[in-house]
Amino acid sequence: MIGIQPIDQYARDISDEKQHSVIDGSSAGTDKRYHVLHKDYPDPDALRRLAASIKDHTLHHLGDYLAQAEKSLISNGAHVHYASTDEDARQTILAILRQHGVTQLTKSKSMAAEEIHLNPFLIENGVECLESDLGEFIIQLDGDEPSHIVKPIIHKNRREIARTFLREGIAADYNDDPETITRRARVHLRAKYMEAQAVITGANFVCADSGRLALVTNEGNSRFGMAPVPVHIALVGIEKVIPEEKDLAVFLNLLGRSATGQQLTVYTEFVSGPRSASQPDGPEHMHVVFMDNGRTDVLASNCKEILRCIRCGACQNVCPVYRQASGHAYRSTYGGPVGAVLSPILFGSRFPELADLPKASSLCGACNEVCPVDIPIPDLLLRLRDKAKRESIPSAGAIPMSPFATLATSPNIWRTAMTMSKAMNHLPIQVAPIKPLQDWFGQRTLPEWHGGDFRKWMKDRRTSKN
Amino acid sequence: MSRAAIFAKIESANAALKTKAAYPEYDMALVHSAPKLEGTDLWEIFARNFAAVNGKPMTGIDQLIDFLVLHQQLRGYCDPALYPHFGQKLVDAGLTVETQYDRERYDFYQFGITRATGAIAESGSVILDDDRTSHRLAALSPWVHVAVLERSEILRTIPDAIAAFGDSPNIIWATGPSKTADVEGILIEGVHGPGEQIALLI
Repeated sequence: MIGIQPIDQYARDISDEKQHSVIDGSSAGTDKRYHVLHKDYPDPDALRRLAASIKDHTLHHLGDYLAQAEKSLISNGAHVHYASTDEDARQTILAILRQHGVTQLTKSKSMAAEEIHLNPFLIENGVECLESDLGEFIIQLDGDEPSHIVKPIIHKNRREIARTFLREGIAADYNDDPETITRRARVHLRAKYMEAQAVITGANFVCADSGRLALVTNEGNSRFGMAPVPVHIALVGIEKVIPEEKDLAVFLNLLGRSATGQQLTVYTEFVSGPRSASQPDGPEHMHVVFMDNGRTDVLASNCKEILRCIRCGACQNVCPVYRQASGHAYRSTYGGPVGAVLSPILFGSRFPELADLPKASSLCGACNEVCPVDIPIPDLLLRLRDKAKRESIPSAGAIPMSPFATLATSPNIWRTAMTMSKAMNHLPIQVAPIKPLQDWFGQRTLPEWHGGDFRKWMKDRRTSKN
Repeated sequence: MSRAAIFAKIESANAALKTKAAYPEYDMALVHSAPKLEGTDLWEIFARNFAAVNGKPMTGIDQLIDFLVLHQQLRGYCDPALYPHFGQKLVDAGLTVETQYDRERYDFYQFGITRATGAIAESGSVILDDDRTSHRLAALSPWVHVAVLERSEILRTIPDAIAAFGDSPNIIWATGPSKTADVEGILIEGVHGPGEQIALLI
């Protein structure tokens, strides 16, 4: 098939400015993670293998643990809802908001909410919905999409942000000092927290034994969003359940270090239900929406290990392809190695369109090496490449292999071709007006052709021995 | 309807498994970070790790007053239960102190002094729990948050703190001041919550 893959095209067209932002941000993340893990643990590998086995156990018994989490939450006074699809999740949340008469809310960063494009939907339906994470707030002002799981604006620099603040009236003048930018957002957002009637959050973990949700933020935005409002809605992927509260120690220690090189994220919040009679603050109503949206399809696939993911972004930081191409090149909520596996199967109907993502990897294995839950991402990428092949999904830029198969299975033709091909060294084939060849050479150079030299050497060697 | 469909799909996906992974029994010592736990005195371990995340450990009210005056943080809130301990000292130093947090005037409060439920030595975290923290916003909206704790409330490790959850529906571990690195990876403190996190031992 003629052409180049969409992800390659994106990497080719990306601006130098954006690419440098991504490379700097992601490589810094990789370095910090490495130093912190190895400073604090003699054998960090043992910890991540343990985390992987807890996750595998949970996924293999997901029905039991999900039912247990539901039961715990209900007995704590929370309301539990289920959503099979993105549309179900959006409608469920809208119905809850209408039930409580909510017209204004803040939302702390949630990949699950990104996945279902919750913000634009709520705004269309008359609910003011403001992102409170600084990065996500800027994304929302720009009508952009996050390009990293943990650092949503890794692709932006301070000048772009200062221009956005000026354009949107967050600031009266242009100032690109990061501290000034942060202070201006602080003033703007705290007024919004106080006006809001509800908060929407995700959840990093849900403990089945107690129903307790663990939520982490560095900025304190989920805590601030939750403090003054009467309604809390948590949108949670069904794979976020873990068996027991004590398992949190394993995951929290890995999450902060893998994501941002911190032992713990600054605000680690544990919420198990609405406020109790003895508490002066906090939401009176708590709703938990457990969302499937393709996760059970992933569970039924041969890539189920990807459901172990705790969304730390370490694989994005370390990936040479992600660094060059940026998260947006993956054209879905999840970019980088985790996205290359998750997106094509989570959004199953888009598989043909996203089938290039698993191919955008040199299979170097760095993503598996840094993964806090030891997901064998390179193996999963190969399984998805195989799936695309079996389903005969056309692949841009793929070279037809059948002529090679003929050559390689016929010794005589092979021998002749080897010698004849030396002519390629003298032909201007890189500039030949043949589109597929041009695309192919657009990203590669061939070494000088030595066809037949090895055969000649073998033959001479045999002759001299005799 | 969604509920039944989701559970049916989980059931059918997992029915195909030949073997199911068992829950791994593990020794909690595996998750302890030995370098973080070096030392014997829990306050000293806590103070070292808390300072490493830019928290400010303090051992006396005079130290706190000096800090507030130096940084011109002169108006604030104090938990009524703590006021008898040092309220008068704050007032005598010229600070304005309220024991009722008025959310309509959230910008008025430059410092908030509230009760911590405990602290985690291993991670340098203060534990705030609404059952014993008088006002959640008072711990969050002022630039300076002072979490007051007693020596006996310091827990050694993260697993110890999890085991001590109890049945409180909302618990927070604050490990340093509010921070972000969203803009070009540059660390800025005081995003939404406090820019100064103090732990005051009484």
